[in-house]
Amino acid sequence: MNSADNYQFKHFPVFLVAIPMLLLLVLPVVSLIVASSPADLLEGVHHPLFMPALWLSTRTTLFSLAIVIVTGTPLSWWLAVSSSRWTRLVELFVALPIVLPPAVVGISLLYTFGRGGLFGAQLASINLQVPFTTAAVVLAQVVVSAPFYIQAAVAAFRRVDHDLLIVARTLGQSPTGTFFRVVVPLALPGLFGGAVISWARSLGEFGATLLFAGNLPGTTQTIPLAIYMTLESDVRVALVFALLLAGISVLLFLFLRLVPTIWSSYYTTNFLNVSRITGEE
Amino acid sequence: MRLGSFEVNVDFNGDNTPVVLIGPNGSGKTTLLRAIAGAYRPASGHISVGNQVLFDYKRRINLPLEERQMGYLPQGYGLFPNLNVIDNIAFGWLARKPRIAKNIRRRSALEILEKMECTYLATRYPSTLSGGEKQRVALARALMIDPQMLLLDEPMSGLDVLMRRLLRAYLAKHLADRARPAIVVMHDVRDVLAINARVYVMENGKFVQNGFVETLAERPATEFVAEFFDLGKSLR
Repeated sequence: MNSADNYQFKHFPVFLVAIPMLLLLVLPVVSLIVASSPADLLEGVHHPLFMPALWLSTRTTLFSLAIVIVTGTPLSWWLAVSSSRWTRLVELFVALPIVLPPAVVGISLLYTFGRGGLFGAQLASINLQVPFTTAAVVLAQVVVSAPFYIQAAVAAFRRVDHDLLIVARTLGQSPTGTFFRVVVPLALPGLFGGAVISWARSLGEFGATLLFAGNLPGTTQTIPLAIYMTLESDVRVALVFALLLAGISVLLFLFLRLVPTIWSSYYTTNFLNVSRITGEE
Repeated sequence: MRLGSFEVNVDFNGDNTPVVLIGPNGSGKTTLLRAIAGAYRPASGHISVGNQVLFDYKRRINLPLEERQMGYLPQGYGLFPNLNVIDNIAFGWLARKPRIAKNIRRRSALEILEKMECTYLATRYPSTLSGGEKQRVALARALMIDPQMLLLDEPMSGLDVLMRRLLRAYLAKHLADRARPAIVVMHDVRDVLAINARVYVMENGKFVQNGFVETLAERPATEFVAEFFDLGKSLR
């Protein structure tokens, strides 16, 4: 920032260390783009595995996201405001799927919902099979992606000024009213960011899905699993899938970066007519 | 009342006139205000305003915040950053039953702004307001619900000397006109002098002295009181 810093690092070849790392991050994506031709892409899109995988990925990840938001938001709020000693433990459990290898998550889900698992007997008695079904895909996605949303939501809720909640209550709002009218609008950028990361994680989910749901086209074959299968038979199709997923990921990333900035600038620049406010002519 | 390991133990009777609360940092002033507002539940005791009992440990009464009709202004004023000034002020009418239409809520809020000669602030957002403007908007918002009592936590903090002088007079006049109980936490002896109300001194969660400014200045009970009014002596 100032001249002293510049001088200190003037002779230090930072870029020599940085460039290989940057190349490693950027080159794979560049190679994907360079490797494909429009004709290959078109053929890949018409492959019989393409649309089923795209449709399955879309509906399962959106459904998982809905489950994560609906069940994760109250949990996050409790974690953010509660002074109970249980919050530490719960936060630990919530973070667990992030550090567990996806394959481990897959196997543990099998041992929970599979025939020989924890709920195996109960599920069999009501004739409900979970492994190797679309429900299994959703379950796996929820488990691996929920922690990202919850951690972001907890951080966002913690940032809301406690005094604002007290003021809202003194102005007549119930706890629920305060949550929806004050907390959520203020925490929204953080909640949104958490939702985007959570969705990106479930879109890319592979290991747990493969082991728990299997790789059945149309039923459990999401885009990452389709890449895996087509890599052995038709590389061009795998390439198309990979490019599609990469494209979506990049878009999500840009969305994540740009939306909060646009959001916060909206609050600071706002000029409306007073007459419009009161509804007068 | 216990808050973690901090205890506030007070016995306090006020009337329709404002009361000033002073004390060193960490003495429990904010805690007391929040407890009266209903944000903290005392471990024992009794809180009532007029004929209404807000809290009574023995009778297990604990009125929730939204039913206490307190006008609470926290330090920093607590304006909702996602709402413009009009919607901040009108916020208190959102919870009213039966529902009041948005344009009626906003019109009433505008009327309060007109009384304060601040209509030009109507469509601005809190982040664009100065300290003095925030104070007036926060006060307008509290008054919108016609509170039975005002709880002002350091309403003069964050203002420069000129703005303090202006708003000191404004606040003093407003509190004198209202004839409603109010507890105002203050840090500056000049603000206290302007209000001319009974002063309660709080230290370590207890009241150590109370009285009018003259009494406290002439016979300070603690070092804090002596130091606080020392400046006042040299000013008058």
